[in-house]
Amino acid sequence: MGPADWTPAWLWLAVIASGLYHGINPGMGWPLAVSAGLMQRSSRALVTALGPLAIGHLLAMLLVILPFALLITLVEWQRTIRIGASLLVILFGIYRLIDRRHPRALARIPPTQLVLWSFAVAIAHGAALMLVPIYLGLCREAEADQGHAAANSLIDTSLTMAVLVSIVHAGAMIAAGGCLAWLVYRYLGLKFVSRSWFNLDTVWALSLVLVGAVALALGLES
Amino acid sequence: MTMRPDPTFHASPKLAMEAPAESFAYTVLLSPDFSKPDALAVIDVKAGSPTYSKIVHTVTMPNKGDEFHHFGWNACSSALSPLAGHAFLERRYLIIPGMRSSRIYIVDTKPDPTQAKIHKIIEPEEIFKKTGYSRPHTIHCGPEGIYVSTLGGSGKDGTDGPPGIFIMDCETFEVLGRWEIDRGPQTKHYDFWWNLPRDYMVSSEWALPPQFENGIVPEDLLSNKYGHRLHFWDLRARRNVQTIDLGANHQMALEVRPAHDPVREHGFVGVVVDTTNLEGSIWTWWREGGKFHIEKTVTIPPEPASKDQLPPLLQGFGAVPPLVTDIDLSMDDKFLYVACWGTGEMRQYDVSDPRKPKLAGSVRIGGIVRRAPHPNGQAFAGGPQMVEISRDGKRVYWTNSLYSTWDDQFYPQGIPGAEVMANASPGGGLELAKDYWVSFPDGYRAHQIRLDGGDCSTDSFCYPSV
Repeated sequence: MGPADWTPAWLWLAVIASGLYHGINPGMGWPLAVSAGLMQRSSRALVTALGPLAIGHLLAMLLVILPFALLITLVEWQRTIRIGASLLVILFGIYRLIDRRHPRALARIPPTQLVLWSFAVAIAHGAALMLVPIYLGLCREAEADQGHAAANSLIDTSLTMAVLVSIVHAGAMIAAGGCLAWLVYRYLGLKFVSRSWFNLDTVWALSLVLVGAVALALGLES
Repeated sequence: MTMRPDPTFHASPKLAMEAPAESFAYTVLLSPDFSKPDALAVIDVKAGSPTYSKIVHTVTMPNKGDEFHHFGWNACSSALSPLAGHAFLERRYLIIPGMRSSRIYIVDTKPDPTQAKIHKIIEPEEIFKKTGYSRPHTIHCGPEGIYVSTLGGSGKDGTDGPPGIFIMDCETFEVLGRWEIDRGPQTKHYDFWWNLPRDYMVSSEWALPPQFENGIVPEDLLSNKYGHRLHFWDLRARRNVQTIDLGANHQMALEVRPAHDPVREHGFVGVVVDTTNLEGSIWTWWREGGKFHIEKTVTIPPEPASKDQLPPLLQGFGAVPPLVTDIDLSMDDKFLYVACWGTGEMRQYDVSDPRKPKLAGSVRIGGIVRRAPHPNGQAFAGGPQMVEISRDGKRVYWTNSLYSTWDDQFYPQGIPGAEVMANASPGGGLELAKDYWVSFPDGYRAHQIRLDGGDCSTDSFCYPSV
């Protein structure tokens, strides 16, 4: 196996790693699961709350990635799309660095609508966007394997890949968040909520810029 | 913007109780004849400190006639809400509204309370223009920023349109606009508070500006024209979902105190006076089956008095009404403190069973007729009024003034500002601390107290105490 064969593995690892990263970020919802468990005094309530959080996150991923899944089938434009997507992610990261305000509309979402909340938070913070360059990278690898196939199967591949990437990412996200929520609920106690909460705004924005920049560099290379 | 949540933010009421005790008490001072600018006093409350129970710093405002009343923090434990997803605010700025001028001062308490200074002034015109409300009053920090209740609508006398709540940004202090989307039958306003995870707000009614600014209007009171309803709101949807009338004779439903533990879906409200018998009362409200319910759970009788002991306003009644003007609930939701400003009594009720409060302690001080002195021998004019409880529930602080023009009607001989503290026993019982007595500069009265690091009428929580 040459080094190129390792690329898909690394990309899948990136999908999982970004999922874990989103999962442990309190801003993506694990404290809500703790709160649900404590409010109803049942660990089942905690687990139940994880469902809508995962679904909301998954929907956000799909909403952002699916348009790219369709676009990428325009074979002539693939390079432009990759570079465009990388720039988009970089720009969003820079925007988050400059504008530190948190979207006020999020505060209007009632505590009972966790799917909507998780979805809106993932969109607003660019969590889904962070995944686009990784996804596009995976598509390219898949395509390289396939050779230049017919447009139909290309769409099939890119759509399947989009769904797969979203599911794996959201799965990793909720696994990490769920474990943390459980640890806090069962062992660490509520003090952990305020103690463990770091301001990730800058790190988050820089992560977006970084992911975009790496993708851009690779995109320009090809 | 900080890297970690403010160490004075606590996930649950229990954690707030376990936090270090308060070191400073902020108290607003008002000049009742508007001859001097109102001020914020910073009082040392560290036991054993050489300046204990003394004013160690004063922030004097640049205007006169603001009439300070209630005030609050820019941020509190509610910032740890899992829905907010962003806990990096500081409990740093005190938001102090001028109830008469409609001006709002933002006072910065960092780097040290003894160096507190004015950070920003929001002029009345901005509030009128952006909200159509006037006479800002109660401050709470919550999911959408700083919530400010008002007592007046627009127009010169504040009766052009109903009063309500407006929102301010908790970092820039920009006035953002009205909070309500559907106010239902609500036309008067006073206090409000909420249960954040259960997503509801409760608000109460005092009066419209012409009914209080120049003094209490006896004809309006006797014809039951002051507020007597409680409004329940969907907090995020900003809609009034239920209004409960306590009965027109229950005049002036003021302080709303929901249980701090968000698992508990009940709370209390104090009613100043029942016009049929001069009683004061406490009501317990609770939510059950998606509906709110309320019942009168405490009545406090008036005390007979001869005509010559009474101010002209009360002479026709031959009795002093208790005048329940403030109530406050301890952080563990166990004790409710009830200020009887007329009879001069601070009552402590055990409300472990919220619908069956039991009188657990009482302190007599001041009062229209009784005029009970402080144990240190000093005369305490007025009666117990704004009350604030330490987070650990061990110390209860209060001042003695109600509102400039009303003070003059009930206590015509004047109310020099005073602040006292009582020690509360964990099992119940209340005793005035001999060594805590704050005297204020001449010509000033004292109103609400806020403790550094939060107190029992500031912080709201998103996690239960288990």
